[in-house]
Amino acid sequence: MSTSALLLLIAAMAVLGYWLGKHRSLALVGGGRGIRQLHSLPGYYGLLTALWCALPCLAILLVWLAGQESVITTLVLRGLGTAATSEHASSGLLMNNIRNVAAGVIPADGVSPQVQAGAAEYLRLRSISAMAISGVILALGLAALFWVRARIAPQLRARNAVEAIAEKLLLACSTLAVFVTLGIVLSVAYESIRFFHSVPVHDFLFGIEWSPQTRMRDDQIGSSGSFGAVPLFLGTAMISGIAMLVAVPVGLFSAIYLSEYANRRFRSVAKPLLEILAGIPTVVYGFFAALTVGPILRGFGESVGLEVASESALAAGLVMGIMIIPFVSSLADDMITAVPQSLRDGAYALGATRSETIKQVVLRAALPGIVGGVLLAVSRAIGETMIVVMAAGLAANMTANPLDAVTTVTVQIVTLLTGDQEFDSPKTLAAFALGLVLFLVTLSLNVFALYIVRKYREQYE
Amino acid sequence: MSAESTAIPVPVLPVSAACKTVGSVAVADPLISARDVNVYYGEKRAIMDVNIDIARNQVLAMIGPSGCGKSTFLRCLNRMNDTIEGARVTGLISMEGSDIYDKRKDVVQLRARIGMVFQKPNPFPKTIYENVAYGPRIHGLAADRVELDEIVTTSLRRAGLWDEVKDRLNNPGTGLSGGQQQRLCIARTIAVNPEVILMDEPCSALDPIATARIEDLIDELRASYAIVIVTHSMQQAARVSQRTAYFHLGDLIEVGETDRIFTNPRHKLTEDYITGRFG
Repeated sequence: MSTSALLLLIAAMAVLGYWLGKHRSLALVGGGRGIRQLHSLPGYYGLLTALWCALPCLAILLVWLAGQESVITTLVLRGLGTAATSEHASSGLLMNNIRNVAAGVIPADGVSPQVQAGAAEYLRLRSISAMAISGVILALGLAALFWVRARIAPQLRARNAVEAIAEKLLLACSTLAVFVTLGIVLSVAYESIRFFHSVPVHDFLFGIEWSPQTRMRDDQIGSSGSFGAVPLFLGTAMISGIAMLVAVPVGLFSAIYLSEYANRRFRSVAKPLLEILAGIPTVVYGFFAALTVGPILRGFGESVGLEVASESALAAGLVMGIMIIPFVSSLADDMITAVPQSLRDGAYALGATRSETIKQVVLRAALPGIVGGVLLAVSRAIGETMIVVMAAGLAANMTANPLDAVTTVTVQIVTLLTGDQEFDSPKTLAAFALGLVLFLVTLSLNVFALYIVRKYREQYE
Repeated sequence: MSAESTAIPVPVLPVSAACKTVGSVAVADPLISARDVNVYYGEKRAIMDVNIDIARNQVLAMIGPSGCGKSTFLRCLNRMNDTIEGARVTGLISMEGSDIYDKRKDVVQLRARIGMVFQKPNPFPKTIYENVAYGPRIHGLAADRVELDEIVTTSLRRAGLWDEVKDRLNNPGTGLSGGQQQRLCIARTIAVNPEVILMDEPCSALDPIATARIEDLIDELRASYAIVIVTHSMQQAARVSQRTAYFHLGDLIEVGETDRIFTNPRHKLTEDYITGRFG
């Protein structure tokens, strides 16, 4: 049976379990009139039975899915003996061939008899495994069904039991995200450590030349690569800086207007429109930057006698700033709205004008929150990829001129990892080191920003 | 308090014959006179044809059950209702003979003359010093730092807070206790040197000891300011005020000397309220 069929089987047993549990509990107290004698509503007895049936089956299925391939591989290789494996560079390669033949990707008549034999064995073991798991799940599910059904009694606390199980399921979901994050971090860190074996950390962090070309073959003429990431950090900082120069004033002022001055009608139109900006895919911003803003800037530069690269930091930064405006403005708006009306009243009652109240009282009170929001926006700008890939260029220039092409950490990660790559050269591993740096920077920004925002929120709640 | 306002007594505005309020609505030489004042929130009429005078150097207490319009009327006096969307005020409120709702009148100047203390202490998120200095700063009342220091010190002294905060003027005002915060707000109001102080249930968020201090303070401040206080506590009204106004469902039912109102109410509703039959 295939996995989806097994899942269907488990679902069917769960439904059956629900029905059995519910009717058993009703039967025990003599039908609907006796519900009061039950500790829980009949549905809870049904749910409890269904959960007890489905959850162990699902667990077994998961273990099987995770483990069957390696078990079968071991068995197949052992069956072929060591003689066969020595012909191939590695047993992994042999197993790949066997799997390909078994799946019909490679015609069986073109390969060695060992592989043919292995493929036959592989298929046989797989079918045995599938039958075994179907049998186990069916037996386990039915056993659980009848075991729970037999234990149903009016004083069984089915509701409490179901709620305890539900709580554990919620816990599992919440830890899942944490573990996945941890896994990503560890894998990035592991690859980075491999990178730092071939390139020293200080060369990477403080070197000023970025040219990640390494020889793929010994006879190839090529540099051994230099991995000084400072130009990338500079480029990232410059583009993020330009973006913040656009996004912070515009976002903040629009938030002030919307929350303090605008009447309800204007607000109800303008706010959703502003939030549409946040819904535009970044790739659309990317070609807007590359095809519209870039050429406009270059044309404008030519007319005033300035040399502007067609892919300039300025174009990417401006468009990224526009992208971040709704982010800044909605966060700032939240913070300004959270300032209690009583503070405004206090200022008005002293004879402060509206703008004095906003500048000296409202913004002052909302400042920590706004700073936190801006930091979150910075970390978004640093991690933003699509716009810079399309509009900022690839040249790792050490420059402070926003009219030049620059490149960013994210752009380099993309170029290092796209296309045909070997995964053990410093060139590709450099992407992980860059990723690690990016992750550490944005993580610390986020933690710091959230700390500020939380501290601020506590003040008024 | 300009010189001519004390020299020429302001005439008493006539009260229309339709006014049903019991007791002495008008006083001689009033600081503020309200005539036929109505407030609407959208379609809802929150207070109806209120007529009352506010006398100098006197505490006027406004009492009545919740939702009777006493706070709404209080907020008319310094035009705080302007900040509420959909609020509309009709009728005449004049301060020393000039209409405060006159289009040419600057609301900022009006609020400098009529200070307000709110139900919940609302110190700004600034230092204690800056809280008190805020009003003088925005109105340009101090020529230099020395003068500003002087205003801050005097205001804190008069609010009875000086001894408790003189060593920590640069600490945040939000770090004080509730009662101290409320006195800080009073100091902040005094610092602008207003003529009237409006108080909207200033003690309802405070404990009895802090309340007693504020009440003593109100009695002292009466020497320099006209005070209008909204309160839920009849005992407080009896303790601090010289005149009392009783509001009921948007109507001003009865006004009179506080002693007289509490010992000999003339209107049935007033009597029911102060004897605790409802409210």
